[in-house]
Amino acid sequence: MAITDTNGGRRRAPLASWIKGTCLTLGSIAVTMLGLLFITFIIGRVMPIDPVLAIVGERASQSTYDAVYLQLGLDKPLLVQFLYYLWDVVRGDFGMSLLNARPVSEDIARVFPATLELATLGVIIGIVLGVPLGVIAAVRRGSWIDQIARVVALVGYSMPIFWLGLMGLLVFYGILGWVGGPGRLDIFYQDIVPSRTGMILVDSAIAGDWSVFRNAFSHIVLPAALLGYYSLAYISRMTRSFMLEQLSAEYVTTARVKGMSERAVIWRHAFRNIRVQLITVIALSYANLLEGSVLTEIIFSWPGIGSYITTALLSADMNAVLGGTVVVGLIFICLNILSDLLYRVFDPRSK
Amino acid sequence: MNAFNRLMTGAALGLALAVTSAPMGIAETPANMLVIANRIDDITTLDPAESFEFAGSDVSRNVYQKLVNFDPMNLDAGYQPEVAESWTVSDDGKTITFTIRDGLTFHSGNPVTAADVEFSLRRAVILNKTPAFILTQFGFTADNVEQTIVADGNTVTITTDKPYATSFVLNCLTSTIGGIVDMKTVMANEADGDMGNTWLKTNSAGSGAYKLVSWKPNESVTLQSNPDFYLGAPAMERVIVRHVQESASQRLLLERGDIDMARNLNPEDIAGARGAEGVVITDELRGRLMYVSMNQKHPELSKPEVRQALKYLIDYKGMEGSFLNGQYVIHQNFLPRTFLGAVDENPFSLNVEKAKELLAAAGVESMELEVGVREAQERIEIAQTLQNTFAQAGIKLNITVGTAKQILARYRARELDVYLGAWGPDYPDPHTNAGTFAYNPDNSDEAQATGLLAWRNSWDTGGLTEKTAAAVVENDRDVRSGMYAEIQATFRETAPFAVMFQKIEQTAQRENVANVNLGGATTAVSYWPITK
Repeated sequence: MAITDTNGGRRRAPLASWIKGTCLTLGSIAVTMLGLLFITFIIGRVMPIDPVLAIVGERASQSTYDAVYLQLGLDKPLLVQFLYYLWDVVRGDFGMSLLNARPVSEDIARVFPATLELATLGVIIGIVLGVPLGVIAAVRRGSWIDQIARVVALVGYSMPIFWLGLMGLLVFYGILGWVGGPGRLDIFYQDIVPSRTGMILVDSAIAGDWSVFRNAFSHIVLPAALLGYYSLAYISRMTRSFMLEQLSAEYVTTARVKGMSERAVIWRHAFRNIRVQLITVIALSYANLLEGSVLTEIIFSWPGIGSYITTALLSADMNAVLGGTVVVGLIFICLNILSDLLYRVFDPRSK
Repeated sequence: MNAFNRLMTGAALGLALAVTSAPMGIAETPANMLVIANRIDDITTLDPAESFEFAGSDVSRNVYQKLVNFDPMNLDAGYQPEVAESWTVSDDGKTITFTIRDGLTFHSGNPVTAADVEFSLRRAVILNKTPAFILTQFGFTADNVEQTIVADGNTVTITTDKPYATSFVLNCLTSTIGGIVDMKTVMANEADGDMGNTWLKTNSAGSGAYKLVSWKPNESVTLQSNPDFYLGAPAMERVIVRHVQESASQRLLLERGDIDMARNLNPEDIAGARGAEGVVITDELRGRLMYVSMNQKHPELSKPEVRQALKYLIDYKGMEGSFLNGQYVIHQNFLPRTFLGAVDENPFSLNVEKAKELLAAAGVESMELEVGVREAQERIEIAQTLQNTFAQAGIKLNITVGTAKQILARYRARELDVYLGAWGPDYPDPHTNAGTFAYNPDNSDEAQATGLLAWRNSWDTGGLTEKTAAAVVENDRDVRSGMYAEIQATFRETAPFAVMFQKIEQTAQRENVANVNLGGATTAVSYWPITK
């Protein structure tokens, strides 16, 4: 108690500040989510698609149509519909998919891990290859490595992903047979390991079933490499740009003059200073992949959240669209928070 | 993916396959397993009382038996006994009594009884889901099913409100909604008085050749064979239908041997797969028709000569031979080939001069029309072709492309001048199309008969309504068939509909797969006769 008395004032200040900061963050998340939900909900209602028609079909009688219309609550004012929906979401209920009559939360729990697994592997490939490539390209500016990095990035930016995916499938699956085909597993390996996380690589590793792991890896490696390539293109260009800025700074010249090794100058000084910017780039890249790469998922028959939301949108399944949108929104918010935390780790000024 | 992308992809795939000499190691699916790539994202429910989509019908046909059903190896023979061993029709033609076959069992082990049949049909009427009209058109309602659908011992009698043609009633019972469910299993899973509807959306309780193992939306459907199936255990013990959206991916899977059948190859991939080793392409006529209709509220379109003229301004052969090649065949009648009463008369072809003469006779020198088209590539291409040929006779055709909601809402509200669309039969009886193309008892706006195509086009059918009503109660099969032929002859000449094409489904499959029948124009795919 004596300690508390002595230092209470000083200790309460950071605590109060922390509480205030947390409340502000939570409030900002809540407002962002509310805005996201509201806008998506309104867009869903004014879009020229008819959820009733999607359920009952073109030939249903007017009475059947009307019954479903009432059942969906579409006769109520928009604001009332939104408030009902909001109340359900707050309780963790995204409603039932209008089309397959399953809880949307179950659907998302099924498709999101597939995307998470793919995107994580993709962004790892992008980081592992993209960051060193960008650094080397900056250090050896104008050299053949820089030119190659430029071409790699240019191709990554400009090549249609569906075309590159199909060519990859054709060469590595169709002709060479090095990787598995579309889908997450060969049919012989399906439903062998129990689903704990929904990520087959993780589940098979937990179960110790390495044959399933190998098969799953053979299926994921190509789409992940494809997504990784697109991340690589972005990450490497941004890394190069950040590094060039640092390498032209005076402190780098000073370090060199002091006789510091080139490796130390690059990695211990220049690279350390671009980490915060890189975190933003990587977080954005990862968020984009987690949002789901629809074309990649279609070509590789990958049942992820991108194709789930797209199919739902085209089928006028607005509960599924809204549920998916909330998840994507949460992903962005979580990655933002994670970036903020990492800033504090890597940038002493933000502490 | 748009047409350009498809073309680009197909060309690239074809080129790459052609220039490479590297051998492809061909995998093989197990001998007792059938693996199919298909687009199954249209499945919304697997409850036979509710299912009304193509992929859902494929599942249902193999999981549920019906009172009468089609033999996949002889579709032309029409409906055959299945759960009903035999039936008799009362003298007044309104009551059919079915005798239930002994020895049938559900996948649960429960016997298939008359009570199950009674429950299944009553349930479909009471639930009143989208396809319920197939049964309720006979006068069954939730209030009268206890009197009109009755089990007694091993018989079930159904009593219709009028003496319909027996073939009409029985054809309707072959539809998905006629599937017989296991009453005990279904009611054990009832929730909130839904008669097991929620549970049956994702589970099965049938007695067919296969039972449902799993349905993962947009991912796969897995079926396991029923060893006690009354026709013998199917050769394919497991059937896996994988959702593969992209045509090129389906083709690669097939050519690698990872699947046995690819059901959604586009024309470019069909052409490419045709030369692949171990792959064969099969064509099968389906029931879907592509048609153009003319709103009779339009003062010029209501003139018979103008209707005729537009039918001569369609380049049927040009489209069939180009972008529709292999996918559609010319067919100018509302009954698809293979249906009872179908005819093969296709009198119209592109004849601009004749069209001009007809327009001149009608006093029409030029006019501007709006055609509504849903955003589907092949329909848009057809609309563009029509725009070109109509222009040759001085008709400016403005194409409005929109979503189903936009276009259908206007079509159903009788607002479009011209509609370009597709129509597939709801059940395998001629009345399914006759009853919408050529039947319109009340043409007034107030009637709001939005389900009837004739009404949507404001067409007073000029006597065809009565003839259609007469055909549906005609019990002599040959006479009935002749009646539909006569209706179609008049329809071709006078109706504001230009039926243009009938769908062909092209399937690529491994050459060792035999006895595949997709169901033709009348039913869905049957897995149980398939061997490898």
